[in-house]
This record gives sequence, structure tokens and C-alpha cells, in this order.
Amino acid sequence: MPLDLYLNVAIGGVLTGLVYGLMALGLSVIFGVVRVVNFAHGEMMTMAMYVVITLFAALHLDPLVMLVPIAVAMFAFGYLVQASLINPFITRPEHTQFLLLVAIATIIVNVLLIIYGPDSQNVQVAYAFDSYQIGKVIIDATKLYAGVAAIVVAAALFCFFRYTRLGTAIRACADNYTGAQVVGLDVKHLYALTFGLGAACVGAAGTILLLIFDVTPSAGPAYTLLAFVIVITGGLGSMPGALVGGVLIGLTEAMAGLLFTPSAKSMFSFAILVLVLLLRPQGIMGRRLA
Amino acid sequence: MIARLTDGLSTRALMLMAVLLVLALAAPMFAGDYLLTVLILIFYFAYTGQAWNIMMGFAGQLSLGHALYVGLGAYTAAALFVRFGVPPWLGLIVGAPMAALAGAFIGYLAFRFRVGGVYFAILTIAVAEFARVGFDHFTWVNASSGLFLPVKQYSGNDLWHLRGQPVMFYYLLLAATVAALVGCRFLLTSRIGYFWLAIREDEEAARAAGIDTFHYKMLAVVISAAMTSFAGVIYAFYYNNLFPEQVFHISRSVEIILAPIVGGIGTLFGPILGAFILTGLAEALTSTLNAIGVDIPGVKQIFYGICLLAVIVALPDGVWPWLSQRLGLKGRGS
Repeated sequence: MPLDLYLNVAIGGVLTGLVYGLMALGLSVIFGVVRVVNFAHGEMMTMAMYVVITLFAALHLDPLVMLVPIAVAMFAFGYLVQASLINPFITRPEHTQFLLLVAIATIIVNVLLIIYGPDSQNVQVAYAFDSYQIGKVIIDATKLYAGVAAIVVAAALFCFFRYTRLGTAIRACADNYTGAQVVGLDVKHLYALTFGLGAACVGAAGTILLLIFDVTPSAGPAYTLLAFVIVITGGLGSMPGALVGGVLIGLTEAMAGLLFTPSAKSMFSFAILVLVLLLRPQGIMGRRLA
Repeated sequence: MIARLTDGLSTRALMLMAVLLVLALAAPMFAGDYLLTVLILIFYFAYTGQAWNIMMGFAGQLSLGHALYVGLGAYTAAALFVRFGVPPWLGLIVGAPMAALAGAFIGYLAFRFRVGGVYFAILTIAVAEFARVGFDHFTWVNASSGLFLPVKQYSGNDLWHLRGQPVMFYYLLLAATVAALVGCRFLLTSRIGYFWLAIREDEEAARAAGIDTFHYKMLAVVISAAMTSFAGVIYAFYYNNLFPEQVFHISRSVEIILAPIVGGIGTLFGPILGAFILTGLAEALTSTLNAIGVDIPGVKQIFYGICLLAVIVALPDGVWPWLSQRLGLKGRGS
């Protein structure tokens, strides 16, 4: 019996971890190309989550149906943020960019707090308590759909970067900024597109995550930190690394919640971060640091 | 030594400082209760900002987890006081090394493995968050239900046990701020300060010039952490209650860094000026909103966010460098 329990919790953790991975993927893409650390990442996600909650209350649309529209809206938001605020900061010192995003993050959290209040809110879907049983293993329907949706979105992003001209152009910017300018790419526009894509990723992740978790305005900073922990664990700039890191952290949190207490689960993710920094500073899938 | 501290400062700057000090010393005589609490807050942020500035402004290491050191100082002194009746000054002797040790741990992890820049900042947040969750489950300090110091009406001020009226905390924080200002000036004009600036400007070049960058960056973290823990002791005995959720929260860390950024990173007077500007404006905003009957939590934070945004966009070096130029105080080494 206990073995089944562990297996159930582990599978739940892995599926949740895939959504974490999608969230972190956005961060990794933005850093990999624009070289700006998006400190407002989790806050952007909670913003998307509240939009979903508002739409759900008004229209009773399933979050998974809203996935694409929310991602598109977040893409537009991200594009605007990069084009108006961050692009002028591209050549400024690292800590200045960081503080710019800290300011944006602070504003988002507290605007959400004023609009929605401090209490946690969630989305009640019809299949909230459904589950699938395979042998002795029971999988929550919400987590299964969430995991699958995260994989689909991540795969779409992979294909975009690998097979489209625009994706190739963005990769060119990431590899060689000056070279990309020399061959006539509009780097500022591509940066804004990339930030938009990262925002779309995190918007999609937020929409999916609402199937599993509640949201409060103060969850933003915690998600930002989680995204960083995942990305550093998986290897910054590595797209598969973000998913691997997400699954690892999701699994760790689930097991820690089972074996210790759910409220202490984030301590274990931080412990993993410290271990990774000690043993493999470039991250699990990261390339060796120069 | 005095000569070294004042060397390069113009007479105008020294006179201005003397006038400000006299004003600060006399303030409690004129200020009402409310204004006094605002001034206490201002000097609290001026002091912690000065401590943070050692790491970021001098040695160029961005810490976003200074709430960790505040919390360790606060919890150590308060827990020893509540459990064993140990006076806070002795508690500080335990708490400051604890904070320094935590700083050394972060520094060792980061600097040994060349975790720089933004990674370092994230590591500092992660350790502070680790402490927040840890203290939330640490039953000896009452975990998430909070640690309370016994409070009664005090007629006198017991400086040894830090039990007394706000005016005592005001003078303590004023003294701490002045001591930090002088101390930082002393550090900056000494060998260690020049090494820090060299590391901040170009770490590779500093190492090539033979500076043991690991050693000096560690010193910056340890000094900054130990200094910050004293603010934690004051925090604990001034507010008389501690909750991990509040003390270690990341927004506390962000509050600490705002004053020096607004005032001017790496300047000695920046943290003090920044604390006056930010806390002054924020309190004015809150009392105006209260006066017209609006009470919205979060408005103050939005205001902080906008200030931060405005300063980095418009005055990236902070207000003090700009102001000191205007006032004609720009001597050598100010």
C-alpha cells in the first residue's frame, strides 16, 4: 500500500513539475536571448492567472480553452514591456536591469492585491475530482491534463525555434548580437518578440497551473524564485534543461510534502539549488561555464 | 585618523553635516509621537541601507536577501531574551556572528564557484527564503505563531535591556546611522575600501593586480551581514513581535535596498538621503490617503515601485550625486 501512495504522489509531482518546467522555459528563453533576467516572471504568471479567474467567473470557460487567448494576450504584454521599458536598458549594467524588473514586479503584485484582495482564489472545473486508474496507480485528471498541455506548449516552442525562419533569426541574436545586426536583423524587434514568447509561455503555464493550485497576489515572488531555482538546476539557457529541472523540482516538492510537511516543501527545492551550485554550477543540462 | 576621515571633504560639506547632526539630535524635542516614529523608520532604513551598500555599492555584490541578516539578529536576540532573559546586547554578541556566518556561507558558495552577478542575487534570495520557511517550522521560537516580547508601560528607558520609549530607539538608530557613516568612510579610505572598489569596477583586473578577490568579497558580505543584524535586534525590541512571514519576507529585503538605490549606490550619504526621501514621501502619501478616508493596502508598495522605476530611468546614479553637485559639495572622495 505505501508503495502505491509514493508512486501516486511521485506521478502527481512529475506532472506538476512539467507545468513548472513550462514556466521556467519562459524565463530561460528570455535570458538565453535577451540576456535579461526577468525578475517579474512569477508576477507575470499570477497576473495571467487572475485574468483566467476573472474570465472563468464571467464566462465559465475551461482554463484549457482559454490557454491560447491568454498566451496571445501575454505575448502582447511581454512585447510591450520589452519594447517600451527593457530595450532602453539593454546596454545598462546587469543590476540596473534587475532592479527595473524588481520595480515592475512590485507594481504587479500590489496592483493585483488592490484589485483582487489578499485571499486565495481558484477555478472549479467539472472534472476537478476525476481521476484515472491504471492498475493500482491513481492519477488526478487535472494533473494529467495539465502535464499534457505543458508538454504540448513546450513542444510547440521547440518547433518554433528549430524550424521557422523567425525562430532561427532569434537564435542568431542569442548566438551573436553584433553578427545578427550585421546581417540586417532588427534585434530590438526580435528581443521584444522573445520577451513576448517568454511571457506567453508563463501565461500558458499560469493558465494550466490553475487546474492544480490556488493563486494569491503574494504567490508571484515565490513563483519567480521557483522559476530561478528550476532554471539554475536545469541549466540556464538550455530549453530541455528547464523541463528536466521543472520535473525534478516538482517531484522533490511532492515527495517532501508527503514525507515531511507540505508547508516546508520549498526548503527542499532550495537545498537542491545549493547542491547543484556546489556540485554542478552550470546546471544538469547546462554547458560548462567558461 | 580624524584627518583621514575628513580629508577631501569641503568645508561646506562638513558644516552641512554638522547642522544636520544638530537638527537630528534636537528633533525629538520638537517632533510629535507620529513624526518620531517616522524618523525612527527613516534611520532604520538609513542604517540598513548603509550596511547593504557595503556589499553592493563598494564591493559590487548585489544582495537581495538582507532580510536574512535582519531576521537572524532579531530572532537570536529576542529568543535569548524571552527564553533566558539574556540582555539584547549580549544577544547581539551571539546574533551578529550568526548573521556573519550565514553571510559567509552564501559568500563561500557563490565566490568559491564563481557564481556572480544575478546568480548571486538569486542565491541570497533563496537562502533568505529558506530561513523564512525554516523559522516557520522552528518551534523553539514559536514557529509561524510568532515570538512576542513581554511588554508593559515603561516610565524610564532601560538601555541595557532595550525596554523603553520610542525616543530611546530613535537615539539608538541615530547613533547607529552616524557610526555606520563614519565606519564606512573609514573603510572606504582604507586599503580594504580601495580593493573593494577595484573589484567592483573590474574583478578580473583586480585579480590580475594581485588582489585576493575571494577574501575581500567575503569580508564585504561578513561585515555587511553583521552590521545588518544589529538593525534586527532593534527591530525585535522596538516592535516586540516577530513573525518569520514578515521578518524574512523578500519585500523586507527589497525595502532595504531602495534607500541606497534612490540616494545613490556606492555613495556614503546616499542611503541616508534615500531613506529620508522614500520614507518621507511614503508616509506623506499614507497620511494623505488616510485623511481623505482611503485605506488601501499595497498603495505604499506601488509607490515604492514607481519611485524605483523613476530613479533608475531618470537618475541612474541616484539623487545624491546629482544633489551634491547642485549644492557645490563635490569634493574629492565624496
